[in-house]
Amino acid sequence: MQILLAVIIGLALFFAIGLASRATLRGLAPAHLVPTFRDMPLTASFGLAVILIYVVVSVLAPVLAPFGESEVMGAQYLPWAAPYHLGTDKLGRDMLTRLIYGARNTVGIAFATTALAFVVGTVLGIWAALVGGWLDQTLSRIVDALMAIPALIFSLLLLTIFGTSVLSLILVIAAVDATRVYRLARSVAQGIVVMDYIEAARLRGEGMWRLIRREILPNAMAPLVAEFGLRFCFVFLAISALSFLGLGIKPPTADWGSMVRENATLITFGDVTPLLPAGAIALLTVAVNFVVDWQLHRASGLKE
Amino acid sequence: MNDIWRMIGQRLLFGLLTLFVISVVIFGATELLPGDLARELLGQSATEETLAALRDQLGLNDPAPLRYWNWLTAALQGDFGVSMATKRPIADLVGARLGNTLFLALYAAALSVPISLTLGVLAALWRNSIFDRASNALALTAISIPEFFVAYILVLFLAQSGLFPSMVRITGSTTFGDQLYMSFLPALTLTLVVTAHMMRMTRAAIINLLANPYIEMARLKGMSPLRVVLRHAVPNALAPIINVVALNLAYLITGVVVVEVVFVYPGLGQLMVDAVTNRDIAVVQAIALIFASAYVLLNLIADVLSTISNPRLMHRS
Repeated sequence: MQILLAVIIGLALFFAIGLASRATLRGLAPAHLVPTFRDMPLTASFGLAVILIYVVVSVLAPVLAPFGESEVMGAQYLPWAAPYHLGTDKLGRDMLTRLIYGARNTVGIAFATTALAFVVGTVLGIWAALVGGWLDQTLSRIVDALMAIPALIFSLLLLTIFGTSVLSLILVIAAVDATRVYRLARSVAQGIVVMDYIEAARLRGEGMWRLIRREILPNAMAPLVAEFGLRFCFVFLAISALSFLGLGIKPPTADWGSMVRENATLITFGDVTPLLPAGAIALLTVAVNFVVDWQLHRASGLKE
Repeated sequence: MNDIWRMIGQRLLFGLLTLFVISVVIFGATELLPGDLARELLGQSATEETLAALRDQLGLNDPAPLRYWNWLTAALQGDFGVSMATKRPIADLVGARLGNTLFLALYAAALSVPISLTLGVLAALWRNSIFDRASNALALTAISIPEFFVAYILVLFLAQSGLFPSMVRITGSTTFGDQLYMSFLPALTLTLVVTAHMMRMTRAAIINLLANPYIEMARLKGMSPLRVVLRHAVPNALAPIINVVALNLAYLITGVVVVEVVFVYPGLGQLMVDAVTNRDIAVVQAIALIFASAYVLLNLIADVLSTISNPRLMHRS
């Protein structure tokens, strides 16, 4: 009965948020974008709204959170009651506060990692496609070799070597994911470098950097943006998984993955509190996926 | 027949080459450290004597190619060296756990492959129906959910009421039936994680073929839609389906790491996480090599099977 109720409430929220955000977007959008937002599916508008909420929460974390990030408030594992609306955790820290700060830490670190992986992967990929020859061969074979090892296993290996800290976590995940981005960027760029306008730009004497930035990147943007969304999901899940395993972001920094692990014992007593951070992770990845799905659908020009 | 053997031989050689490259990467990763491995492991406060002793123990005084050769030849004979944290031979640590992990992965595969193929065929059959749309949304959701979330939800609903155990304890006296019962929740978690993707890809592979003239012909003959899909579409869609199944089974291999930790399952993943925490590099290298070999092997099998399933693939120049 409770489950059914939860499902109904969830669906109602989904439709409410989706419809509301679509209406708002249509109202606020500049004239030329109005049709885009009018035709967007409910899943996509829901996704956009959720992403927006996460961004706002992570930016305003210190204002929204009722207590300090790692402030020990009272007894451990307190039930859901004011002033601790979601109870307290293993050490007696306010759960709601840590959830809010977790948005800032987990999402922020995942975003930074994805951005790093993207810059490195895209620049190298386009560079390889542009120069071709031995450079392309060398880089591509190295990437092939690195990609032959499953991502999680390779990250675990690298974390053993470099030690587990936030910095090495970011660098390791970025390195592993940059190989995947490289693949995509290279194959997209290969289709572009044979175009006449690239030839013309070369004859004009444009340098390598200018070619990448001004000629190729703008034309490779659409698939790369979609890939950025997907990549963010993978990175986000990988970081959460590693933090969950105790190898990523470490306490006292509030982080959703490690919060699940720290409080997991509660689940066996039927308390859903430890599931909240896990749900927060799932909700964001689902939202990003919905938006990416919509973008891919739009880019491919498919009509139902 | 000869063609098939030649193809298998070629793929095997290629697989061996890949494995060789992987072993170089796994071994070479330790060479990436800017400083000295011994100092990194013992910390700044280590004395010169302990550093020298550890270097000697790890064989760090030899040149890297020689160390690589020694490591590889020993590993091929099943000798992975000694764990630094527990001082026990790694082969002993890995031995029993490898069986458990394989059991879990096979269990999950036995559940997920039939389910996802059936659902995929049904989704292709009833495309654009409510069932199809719902499964699409569910698949997208399932791909985005962290494994530990699925695992804990299952624990909340199935273990908390005492239906299934939330921890797996396998001893020498555990019977096969008990083991199946105890590992049900971890296997179900893995199944839920991979089913959606396999199902979507099966559906896509079948739908891709439905515009072909021979499908239309079969339809015009008055065949039932189910028979058209099963007799005419599925055999031609086998190659992509096999590939996506292999991809997901390979994913199972890495997916076990998180799931094993949740259910305290005595497998390789758990061992690897412990080893990473202790920075026990020899153990991590050994397990990474095992996981990576399984990954390569699965891809190899998928490649061979999908080529056999479609003779046209064998004669491409």
